[in-house]
Amino acid sequence: MPQPLDFATLQPVIVLSVWTCVLLLLDVFLIKRKSITAVLTAFGLALTLGLTFMQVGASNDGFSGMVVQDGFSTFINALQLVGGLLGVAVAHAYIKRTGSERGEYYTLLLFSVIGMMLMAQSNDLIMVFIALELLSIPLYVLAAFTRNTESEEAGIKYFLLGAFSTGFVVYGIALVYGATASTNLHEIVAFASSSSPSLLLTIGAALILVGFAFKVAVVPFHMWTPDVYQGAPTAVTAFMSSGAKVAGFAALLRVFSVAFPNISMDMAPVLAAISALTMIVGNIVAVSQTNIKRMLAYSSIAHAGYILMAFVPYGDAQVSADAIASGLFYLVAYMLTNFGAWAVVIALETKSGSGLELSDYSGLAKKYPAIAAAMTIFMLSLIGFPPTLGMVGKFYLFRAALQGGYTTLALIGVITSLVSAFYYLRVIVNMYMREGDPTPARDLWLDLTWSITAIATVVVSLAPQFLFVLASTAVMLK
Amino acid sequence: MVKVDYYIILSAILFITGALGVLVRRNPLIIFMSVELMLNAANLAFVAFANMHNNLDGQIFVFFVMTVAAAEVAVGLALIVQIFKAKHSINVDDINSLKG
Repeated sequence: MPQPLDFATLQPVIVLSVWTCVLLLLDVFLIKRKSITAVLTAFGLALTLGLTFMQVGASNDGFSGMVVQDGFSTFINALQLVGGLLGVAVAHAYIKRTGSERGEYYTLLLFSVIGMMLMAQSNDLIMVFIALELLSIPLYVLAAFTRNTESEEAGIKYFLLGAFSTGFVVYGIALVYGATASTNLHEIVAFASSSSPSLLLTIGAALILVGFAFKVAVVPFHMWTPDVYQGAPTAVTAFMSSGAKVAGFAALLRVFSVAFPNISMDMAPVLAAISALTMIVGNIVAVSQTNIKRMLAYSSIAHAGYILMAFVPYGDAQVSADAIASGLFYLVAYMLTNFGAWAVVIALETKSGSGLELSDYSGLAKKYPAIAAAMTIFMLSLIGFPPTLGMVGKFYLFRAALQGGYTTLALIGVITSLVSAFYYLRVIVNMYMREGDPTPARDLWLDLTWSITAIATVVVSLAPQFLFVLASTAVMLK
Repeated sequence: MVKVDYYIILSAILFITGALGVLVRRNPLIIFMSVELMLNAANLAFVAFANMHNNLDGQIFVFFVMTVAAAEVAVGLALIVQIFKAKHSINVDDINSLKG
């Protein structure tokens, strides 16, 4: 029987789930007032964020070890809820403008956030699987939400590739279960450390890695990303490029560092190779893009490579804590910067879906200096240029790679960052040095999103120690 | 009593067939069937392992996989119908307005 403590472990998730179901019903009666739905969605997310903050410092497991609540899950959950709030803020005006304002948008977004939160809290492969699907299925629908050709195409592509990756995850879990007789992460590691290394376990872990690699879009499992990010409604792209990535990395980290530390010797070279390939391919292909959505899609692939760098030494007890803390730090940096950049893209996108070419950014600085300044900050942060959060994050990441003995990986990171400067700076050059006549849409929530994220990107980078300490305390996995 | 190895070998063959099907077939419906084959290969492995280990975790997992697969079907078929309405074709080679 579930005890009260079990419910306390999952309290924010349960509250948000109930709120989402209520909202789904309530939305039926708010026919012409979808703004109210948006406000109620934001309220639910803010409430849950408050409940998550109340969990800080607590550490429990619940429902017979199916879920845990620890510093790590609290950190990721808070990040995901902020992501959800930003997702609502950028979507509100956008879906009204593109004529696809329906209440389901917000409930689907909430269900996806719930999946993302469960992903960080799951302590059993059954929960990992369910959370993964709860996060993915609403995103397939959201990707096809505007019902034009491109959006539907993005939806079907995301769906087919997502279902394909689910197949890998499930089969990997089956093999891990076969090797260890359990799906609980702690029981898996207990079994694995008491018996001889088994090939079945390694293959299972590798298949799970393939499945997650699809979700976080690292090379060679990134093929769907540019098409889906370009075709999906921009507000959805903004949400899924940060949220799904954070959730994927959170689950990867939890599963691998809790359940598979014994096979880290086999996994580390694979992770290092994937990370290096991702940084190289993502950054080089991004150079030739002229559509800003596609460019940012390749940029998000490249950043997945940088973040993966932090996970390479996960089995090495001496450096893993620092490395993972820098990974978490970079996830925060990436989430803020990425959302900001997408908010500016949303502002410049016109009703008919044009305004997405790099040349459409020409002359922005003259007419709208504030938006141009914010976009400059985001681009600099994505390059890793001071004084921005991206620079501090990359510094921590490269330091972690060097400490783990992966000098080549750090070197590839630095060189590809230099390559990336080429295409990010092109946006800045267009905004400041070319003539043009862009007309961005102004909306209070959109303006707030890009201005707050821009300010946070700069301000937090001036005192990054605070955030790094927070990330370091979050590393303690239960 | 059939040895558990045979079940696992069969499930591996099914899984690989499914994965190859996703990669080579051009019709989304067939691709989707191949994905289902991959999931059911995993189900077979789960049941065989559950029998081998003599515990029920694997069999319970099968129920979850079937439920989630049903949810995926609901979304997937809706998307395929929408695409067919718009293009009068569901060949994935025709779904190509996004590239670059």
